[in-house]
Amino acid sequence: MPEENRAAFHRLETMLLIRAYEHQLVELQRTGAPGTCTSVGQEACAVGVVEALDARDRIVTNHRSAGHLIARGAEPRRLMAEVLGRVDGYCGGRSGSLHISAKELGVVLTSTIVGGELSMAPGVALAQKMGAGNSEPGGIVAVFFGDGAACEGIFHEALNLAVQWQLPLLFVCENNQWQAFVHRLETMPDKAISAWARGHGLPVDSVDGNDVDAVHAAAARAVAHIRATGGPAFLELSTYRQRGHYEPDDQAYVDSAELQAWLQRDPIRMQGERLTAKGLIDAAGLAALELRVRETIATALDFAQASAWPTPDTLLEHVYA
Amino acid sequence: MTKMTRMTVEQAIHQALREEMRRDSSVLLMGEGSATKQRDLVADFGAERVRNTPLAEAIVAGTAVGAAASGLRPVIDLLFAPFMAYAMDALVNSAGKLRYLSGGQFQFPLVAMGMTGSGWCVGGQHNHNLEAMFVHAPGLKVVMPSEPADFKGLLKAAIRDDNPVLFFTDLGLLYQEGEVPDAEDFIVPIGKAAVRRAGGDVTLVGYAKTVAVCMQAASQLEAHGIAAEVIDLRSLKPLDEDTVLGSVRKTGRLVVVHEASGLCGIAAELAALAATKAFSALRAPVLRLTGPDAPAASSWVLEQAAVPKPEAVLEAVLDLVAGSRRDEAAGKSRAHDQDSRAHHDQLAGLAA
Repeated sequence: MPEENRAAFHRLETMLLIRAYEHQLVELQRTGAPGTCTSVGQEACAVGVVEALDARDRIVTNHRSAGHLIARGAEPRRLMAEVLGRVDGYCGGRSGSLHISAKELGVVLTSTIVGGELSMAPGVALAQKMGAGNSEPGGIVAVFFGDGAACEGIFHEALNLAVQWQLPLLFVCENNQWQAFVHRLETMPDKAISAWARGHGLPVDSVDGNDVDAVHAAAARAVAHIRATGGPAFLELSTYRQRGHYEPDDQAYVDSAELQAWLQRDPIRMQGERLTAKGLIDAAGLAALELRVRETIATALDFAQASAWPTPDTLLEHVYA
Repeated sequence: MTKMTRMTVEQAIHQALREEMRRDSSVLLMGEGSATKQRDLVADFGAERVRNTPLAEAIVAGTAVGAAASGLRPVIDLLFAPFMAYAMDALVNSAGKLRYLSGGQFQFPLVAMGMTGSGWCVGGQHNHNLEAMFVHAPGLKVVMPSEPADFKGLLKAAIRDDNPVLFFTDLGLLYQEGEVPDAEDFIVPIGKAAVRRAGGDVTLVGYAKTVAVCMQAASQLEAHGIAAEVIDLRSLKPLDEDTVLGSVRKTGRLVVVHEASGLCGIAAELAALAATKAFSALRAPVLRLTGPDAPAASSWVLEQAAVPKPEAVLEAVLDLVAGSRRDEAAGKSRAHDQDSRAHHDQLAGLAA
C-alpha cells in the first residue's frame, strides 16, 4: 500500500478509536462514572494536527483532550483507568478526565481552566527555544484550545508574547461553535478568531476542521514554518461539538438543523467516504476497522475496571515536590 | 566569622538574584522592567535570561509556570502584590495544582515577587497585604521577610526550591539597611521562623514590617517588667508551628501582629494553632492586632490608622498580662475571659 494510502487509513482508524473511546465514556457515565467533556465530532482536528508533530514536540491541551492524547499514542486503557480514578491512570487517578497529561508522550500541562492552556504554552515554548530541560533542538509546542478560550483576554496576551518573543508555538483553535452552553455567534463576530489572530501579525490559516487531510496539510505547513523561522503560527479549525458541553447534557439548547448539517459533515464519515470513493475500503473493510477499535476499547475498559483504587493514605502525595 | 556587608533590602534582593543566576543557568528573570532596571544582570547573563515583559501579569505568570515545568527556574517580578490578582489563575490553578493533578509528573520551581504594605501612600490597589490568600492555595509556599539578610537568604532558598514560592516584599522595608552575609551559600530555609528576642512573659509574633513593631513594643514592655519573646515568622507557608508553639508553651500568652486584615488571616491561624495544640499552656486569650477589613487608604493619616503600632501592642500586652495575673490571683477559670480584653482583637488603629 502506498504511504499516502496507509496514512489515510491510519487517520480513519485513529478517529474511530477516539470516537469509540468517547462513546464508551458516555456509556460509563450513564452507569455512574464521572461525567466527561467529549471530543465527539472534533476527531479530525486532533488526528490531523498531532500527526504533523514529531517526538521532540510538546502538546499543551485542555479538558476536551482525549483526541489529542489518543492521537499522540496514549493507551486507551490508561486513559480510562484515569477517568475512573484508578492507580493505572496516567495521573494515578488524581486528574480524572479533565486534566490528563502524559509527560512520557510530551502531552504536558493540561488545564481545564479555559485559557489556562494558553497561559502556560508560551513558557513551554520558551523552554524549547532555550534548550532547557530535556528539550531537543527544533522542538515546537502545539497548544489546543477552543473558540471559548479565544474570548479570554489571555488569548491575546499569549499571541502577543509568542510573536514578540518569537516562540516556536503552534496555536490550534478548534472552533467547535460552542462555549459551554452558549453559541459562539452570541459572543463574537463570525470571522473574529482568525481576524484577531491576524491582528497579532503571525501566519494564520483557516481550514475545515472536519477534513482530516486538510487539517493535516495545514498543520504540516504551519509546523514547517515554525521550524524554519522559530516563530509562531496560528491554525483555526472549523468544527462542531456534536455532544453536550459535558455528560450528561440534553443539548436542548442546540439548533437541530445546525447539528444535523454538521453531522452530515462528520469527520469520520467524510474520511470513510473519501477512502471508499478511492476504492481503498468497502463496507466490510469499514466494519472490520470498527470491530477492531471496539475490541481495543472493550479490553481497555476491562483493564481500567480491574485497576486498583488509590489508597486514602496517598491523599497528600504530590502536593509538593 | 561570617563576612558581612551592610546593604538595603533592595540590594539584598538584587544580590540574591545575581548569585543564583550565576550559580544556575536555568534561572530566568522576567518582569515589567526587569531588564530595564537591572542592566547589569542583562550584561552578565544575557537578554535571553533577563527579560522585560508586556504589562500583562496573567501571561507573565503563565509563562513562568510553563517554563518551570519544562526545565527552567523563572523568577517573575509582578511589581505590586495586588497585580497578582491577574496572575491568580496561573499561580493558583496551574502552579499550585497541576503537580498534584498530574500525579507528580511535573514540578514548578518558580518565584513570584510582589511588593505591598503601608508607607508609600499608594492606596489599596498597590498596597494590599493579600499574602494569606496564597497561603490558602495548596501547592504554594509563601514567604515575607523582615530584614535584608533574610531577603537574600530566603530569595535564594525560594529560587532553589522545586515548588512555586510567593515572595512578598514589604514596601516600607525596601530601603532599610542591615548586615547581610557575603557567602554565596548563605541560605535561610523556607518554613523556619526566627526568635528575634527571648522572653518568658508573652509571645509577640509578627512578620515583615510588624516584626519591628513587636521589637519596639518589647523594649517598652521591659520597662514594665514584662519580658516579651518576639518571633519573626519569615515564612507564612509552611508555618513554623514548632517555634510558635514552643514559645507559647513557655509564655502562656500569644499576641499576633500583622498589617494584613484579620479575617481568616495568619493571626487567626496561629490563634487556632495555639488553642488546638497548646491550650493547657494558655494563660490568656490569644490577641490579634491586624489591619482592618478595608482597602488601604492613600491619605497618610488614614493609611497609618490601619497599621498596628508599637503603642497598641504595648497597651494590649499590658492589659493582657494584668488581666491574666488578676485572674490567676483570684483563681478564676480561663473560661471566664473578660470581654473587656476582646476589644483588642480588632483593627489596630482604633485600638491605638
